[in-house]
Amino acid sequence: MLTKKDLLGIKELSVEEINLILDTAAVFKDVLGRDIKKVPTLRGKTTVNLFFEPSTRTRTSFELAAKRLSTDVINFSVPTSSVVKGESLIDTALTVQALGADFIIIRHSSSGVPHLLAKKLKASVINAGDGTNEHPTQALLDAFTIREKKEKIEGLEIAIVGDIAHSRVAKSNIYCLKKLGAKIRLIGPPTLIPKELERMDIDVFHNMEAGLKDVDVLMMLRIQMERQGRGFFPSTKEYSRNWGLTSERFSLAKDDVIVMHPGPMNRGVEITSEIADGPRSVILEQVTNGLAVRMAVMYLLAGVKR
Amino acid sequence: MSKELMNKMDIDRALTRMAHEIIEKNKGTEKLCLVGIQRGGVHLAKRLASKIKQIEKKDIPVGSLDIAFYRDDLNIRKEQPVVRRTEVLFEVTDLKIILVDDVLFTGRSIRAALDALIDLGRPASIQLVVLIDRGHRELPIKADYVGKNIPTALSETVEVQLVEEGLEDRVILESPLVPL
Amino acid sequence: MNILIKNGHIIDPSQGIDRVGDILIEDGKIKEVHIQGKEQRAKPPPTPPSPSRGEGKGEGESLLSESRIIDAFGLIVIPGLIDMHVHLREPGFEYKETIKTGTMAAVKGGFTTVCCMPNTFPVNDNASVTELIIRKAAQEGLCTVFPIGAITKGQKGEELAEIGTMRKEGCIAFSDDGQPVMNSLIMRRALEYSKAFNVPVISHCEDLTLSEGGVMNEGLLSVTLGLSGIPAEAEMIMVYRDISLAELTGGRLHIAHVSTQGSVKLIRDAKKRGINVTAETCPHYFNLTQDAIKDFNTNAKVSPPLRTERDIEAIKEGLRDGTIDIIATDHAPHHKDEKQREFDMAPFGISGLETALSLSLKLVQKGILTINQLIEKMTLNPAKILRIDKGTLKVGSDADIVILDINKEYEVESERFASKGKNTPFEGWVLEGMPILTIYRGRAYER
Repeated sequence: MLTKKDLLGIKELSVEEINLILDTAAVFKDVLGRDIKKVPTLRGKTTVNLFFEPSTRTRTSFELAAKRLSTDVINFSVPTSSVVKGESLIDTALTVQALGADFIIIRHSSSGVPHLLAKKLKASVINAGDGTNEHPTQALLDAFTIREKKEKIEGLEIAIVGDIAHSRVAKSNIYCLKKLGAKIRLIGPPTLIPKELERMDIDVFHNMEAGLKDVDVLMMLRIQMERQGRGFFPSTKEYSRNWGLTSERFSLAKDDVIVMHPGPMNRGVEITSEIADGPRSVILEQVTNGLAVRMAVMYLLAGVKR
Repeated sequence: MSKELMNKMDIDRALTRMAHEIIEKNKGTEKLCLVGIQRGGVHLAKRLASKIKQIEKKDIPVGSLDIAFYRDDLNIRKEQPVVRRTEVLFEVTDLKIILVDDVLFTGRSIRAALDALIDLGRPASIQLVVLIDRGHRELPIKADYVGKNIPTALSETVEVQLVEEGLEDRVILESPLVPL
Repeated sequence: MNILIKNGHIIDPSQGIDRVGDILIEDGKIKEVHIQGKEQRAKPPPTPPSPSRGEGKGEGESLLSESRIIDAFGLIVIPGLIDMHVHLREPGFEYKETIKTGTMAAVKGGFTTVCCMPNTFPVNDNASVTELIIRKAAQEGLCTVFPIGAITKGQKGEELAEIGTMRKEGCIAFSDDGQPVMNSLIMRRALEYSKAFNVPVISHCEDLTLSEGGVMNEGLLSVTLGLSGIPAEAEMIMVYRDISLAELTGGRLHIAHVSTQGSVKLIRDAKKRGINVTAETCPHYFNLTQDAIKDFNTNAKVSPPLRTERDIEAIKEGLRDGTIDIIATDHAPHHKDEKQREFDMAPFGISGLETALSLSLKLVQKGILTINQLIEKMTLNPAKILRIDKGTLKVGSDADIVILDINKEYEVESERFASKGKNTPFEGWVLEGMPILTIYRGRAYER
């Protein structure tokens, strides 16, 4: 049983709660494998996708998850909403709640916004990415995928490569996989890896070749082009030359390594197409698993007593 | 206060009888499958399958069904039901499904199970086996095979304990203590 | 208009008084101070004033009877406190605070003199704004308000403001608080030019290029909260620059709201070298670490940001050894709606006037400062830096007096603040010691 009405971050979850979500997701994955992929579980409930930041993948995944659970779904995205008219965040959220939302899926460019709304709203708030804080469902679906492929997480050597500093996906994954007993290493330029993280018993490699050695799971992060020219790295070309995942570098990892990417990918920058589309890639399975994990989260939050 | 309604032997005899009834009514085991409702029903379905095999020398497929996603009381239950896997590893369309549960009470679990089954495919028919029918139906649902009919009060609870769950086979009626 | 305060424990660092005694107030001035058990014993005790009815209450004030005897037995009697760093928000941001509500908060908190920063709208960068603030304060203020003028026009850090004219109009110090002067040449000129008028330049030390986008202290917590960090170095770099410029120019530099261990060290060294530098810190920098932000609490968002345990210890040591001369509040009231929003977007600042004294008394309770030293840092030292005739109980000076009950416990409830700004990270804290009566120019305000 989950104890809080909201899913704000992995930081707020216990190991038991993470495992419960993953176990429940496995059941939903079965449902998704059937001809009739929908269950009536949450019929009559309303889900609002409140996205203050553009997103197609995550929003679509939540939307479909909500529909598979038989909730009604409203997409409340920024350009059409009154947010641009200067309405305050709290007012927007209260309006959405007044429409009868039971679940509010929120993405916002400012860290902590889901936490602020969770305090103000009776609805279950699910964090779909806040600033550079967390993206909990992505970490859960990654953990689910790893568990499915490797049959365990404890003791695995997992490398996260790229812009850790600005990545909520990396943060949530670090917390989640550490809680589940994996060993985490971070690979990337020093400007993109906060040195404070070393205090969390995490190994940091600035050299890609050294970092890839003996890795069981390789998580590549999207390099955001806007970081270039802001002093984080001089050019994507130089980034790619040093930290891009090429076939030669890839051979340094374990033979049964799996490669993950939260998407959208910059092919040829952080990852080459040969690897992204290759046999060790589980990138598309991550997408499928995302649905199951999000259904599990919504189902379990619906059971939290207020 | 608790009272034993059935012991190991009683349960076994009831299952044997129902296995015979199932074969008789269906004129053999053609197109037959057993689906137990998590969790008690699953154990009983497996036992019925082995009894049928003893009698007919035929293997019939057994599946397990979790009905958590189909319940109508998710909003009012004190505790959210634990979700278990539904494992029906065969195509149910055109099969005669023998649905197995331990206790038949209000009929709501069976209603949920019927919905869950229909979402898996289009069976030729669904028949219901229960070990205990304790009455108090709230829906127009009736079992085709009953191990034992037991009149109960609403305040009482019926518990089926099975060796598969690490207990001794028996059925117990729990009555709340009545103040003198 | 007479008050006799009897039997109180009088502490006045300006005269070195730390004894039980009586104070007689007449016509808003301190008429007599009688210390028990001293040579003054030869003098007859002050005559109690003849009872007469008060002239009626002032609007919105809890004005007590104007002729009375106050028995201060068991209480501490100190000069009215001076806060040389507040934001009164008027003109321009009256929805956050006004001179009236801000000075009401001051008096409630035991302050009888406040110096307001120039980041109003329009900015106090010319004599007409200074005049407006002084006039408003005279009309509506409940305590003395000294404006602080902007160093540069519009606080833009480009062109010096008319420091001399504003000085004549009543500004007693100059600062671009909140918008630090990034151009070192301009800062050099300010420190040089201000010498002609013998006024301190107050520096909000923050390298804006290094702190860009930052909303809290940089460290593991900022990483795990996903909030942009402001490294301690952003403060230290500017502290070092301004100390160097003070040395170069011989100007009077006052460093506002010191928050880091490194800054304390730099200031300590500068003082040792005889550089003309003074420094302040605020109660939140020795009572709170960055952990106060953990739940994205915007009421703990302040500039400079709350730091670490190590910094708190260094600041306490700096207060103890005199490196940090004064405690100011950096009272920065904001409207509730402004704070109740995205952490990134919420404004920096803490409403501090009404909790400052109690929070500072913790230093005494923990044995870091004596009560004498604390009062010195909130009365005599700011008066010296600002060269004002306040913060003293000398006979003939304004009867600005606070009666303090150091044992009284209370819970911080922002809803009861007189300030419009309810933005405090100390909500619900139980504090020990509070001003129970503030007398400003002979008028008494009960808390």
